[in-house]
Amino acid sequence: MTGEAGAFGAPRVLAAKALDQLITLLAQDGYEVIGPTERDGAVVYDTVDGAADLPLGRLDEQEGGSYRLKSSRKAGYFHHVVGPHNWKRFLYPPHQVLFTAARRRGGFSITVPDAAPPKRAFVGVRACDLAAIQKQDTVFTGRDYKDPGYAARRAAALVVAVNCTRAGGTCFCASMGTGPQVGPGYDLVLTERLTGDRHEFLAQAGSQAGADLLDKLKGRAAKDDDVKAAEAAVTKASRSMGRTMVDGVETLLKENLEHPRWDEVARRCLYCANCTMVCPTCFCSNTQDETSLDGNEAQRVRTWNSCFSIEFSYIHGGAIRREGRSRYRQWITHKLAHWHDQFGSSGCTGCGRCITWCPVGIDITEEARAIAADKGRTKT
Amino acid sequence: MAKGKTNSGPRKPKLAVWKFSSCDGCQLSLLDCEDELLTVADSVDIAYFLEATRAELPGPYDVSLVEGSISTPHDAERIHKVRRQSKLLVTIGACATSGGIQALRNFKDLDPFINAVYAHPEYIDSLAKSTPIQDHVKVDFELRGCPIDKGQLLEVINALLNGRKPNIATHGQCIDCKRQGNVCVMVAHGQPCLGPVTQVGCGTLCPGCQRACYGCFGPTETPNTASLARWLGDRQGHGKREVKHLFRGFTGYADAFRKESEIHE
Repeated sequence: MTGEAGAFGAPRVLAAKALDQLITLLAQDGYEVIGPTERDGAVVYDTVDGAADLPLGRLDEQEGGSYRLKSSRKAGYFHHVVGPHNWKRFLYPPHQVLFTAARRRGGFSITVPDAAPPKRAFVGVRACDLAAIQKQDTVFTGRDYKDPGYAARRAAALVVAVNCTRAGGTCFCASMGTGPQVGPGYDLVLTERLTGDRHEFLAQAGSQAGADLLDKLKGRAAKDDDVKAAEAAVTKASRSMGRTMVDGVETLLKENLEHPRWDEVARRCLYCANCTMVCPTCFCSNTQDETSLDGNEAQRVRTWNSCFSIEFSYIHGGAIRREGRSRYRQWITHKLAHWHDQFGSSGCTGCGRCITWCPVGIDITEEARAIAADKGRTKT
Repeated sequence: MAKGKTNSGPRKPKLAVWKFSSCDGCQLSLLDCEDELLTVADSVDIAYFLEATRAELPGPYDVSLVEGSISTPHDAERIHKVRRQSKLLVTIGACATSGGIQALRNFKDLDPFINAVYAHPEYIDSLAKSTPIQDHVKVDFELRGCPIDKGQLLEVINALLNGRKPNIATHGQCIDCKRQGNVCVMVAHGQPCLGPVTQVGCGTLCPGCQRACYGCFGPTETPNTASLARWLGDRQGHGKREVKHLFRGFTGYADAFRKESEIHE
């Protein structure tokens, strides 16, 4: 699935119409193609049948607690950035049946659902989101206990990544070191270019599967100018990030666990968990058993849950994190600090979704900055 | 052990369904169970359920489902009789759990309403306030909603029959919206949505149709209504009156929503 960029042939330039052909090729190869598509005023990830399903000519304006789509002649297929959905919806679905059980004479039998997931091609995976997928790979498959469902879905996924040539108002991948240039791990990466009447993609394979696709799409060999222009566009995006994470945030948060800012943010936080739901790396879940009315059948179900809900920290006798400050602090310190101890990297990729989709616009970068500007204070 | 098979399994739990001040919609959710109705009817003894049958079995009852609020002196007396006869008392719906839409009168004087609405006000014997059941007797479990969700009702009956805790979440609507992939109406459209402070359970009926949440399921476990109201007012430009009315809906007399609406009086 993965490989060194450049090891699978030289970059090629494809006409914009090749995107439709790419989607068709993927479908012919048996992939369910998932890509960005407009629905209910946002770009979401869903099944796409062709390039016509993609949000050509649409741009997103994002700020804390606000998202609006606008039309723009400067917008191609991928000039929007990321929306409310992320790829964990497909790799780590919100509702998973782990096993079913049936009562038998003198006992019960367990059936694990068929582990063969559909082959899926993810089209339009951004640098931050490929980094997020890789962080979840570590969580679910990189350590002692592997999640077989996740592993199977991941192995069946093909990644067509896209370099961002525009940064959104809440983007900060540049300061998290995850983008906007897509890192290794893709099958194919595209950089869209829309200038004057030229609309094309610079394409580079990152795996044999990607190279095979690129062979079929033909196009022309990329010239130095094509590569330079693409690089320049990505560099421009990296310089126009709407947000920046402060340096040294891991240590900063660990050393400020009693900072008064936690009380301040708790006054604004709704505990609605939107930040954790839209976060492409958040993986917390709830596991519960469901029974049939007659008690003869049962199933164990795992659903997305969040450290912002009371039940999440419930142990016998009560919930551990009852106060708002404890819940917000748990989330941000795990994401930005303790994730390093647990998984060897930050849990944040700088995609900015938690900022945009917080109904009251709480900004993870602003909270970190506020503590940095006033570090060492403790609750009085 | 005695030889031979016995025909009678364990005794079926006796179920009673009681109506107080309400529209009957929540009781109807039980009859609306369709596919599961026969299994439910087979698993419990329906001992008292006037909406469904005239047959009445005397108490005590293993489970009482109580619909409606306490709105009259007669209600206030009768709920104690129900409690005395019930091992488990489960309130169902916005009326029983928060006073219901009729609790809107709690914010004003009752008499002018009675005089304006009824041709013969002298026949009306109402309490000044419509109040939830838990203000009068101990409640063992509550199911929110206007109306309740049929799936949640079945879950409670199911849990009872199988001797386990019901899986009824108390967090906000947003978790369900995001699980279902709904686009947030507040962030993407600037609609004033109560979802972030409203308990989950309806299956995101309104936001799933791109319409802001009315708060039918009442406040979450820890609702930060002040922050939501501040954002709706300061950032989204909704007026004080609009914010007051938003919180003062089907569950407007639930503590957290009542207090917030009073601030915007």
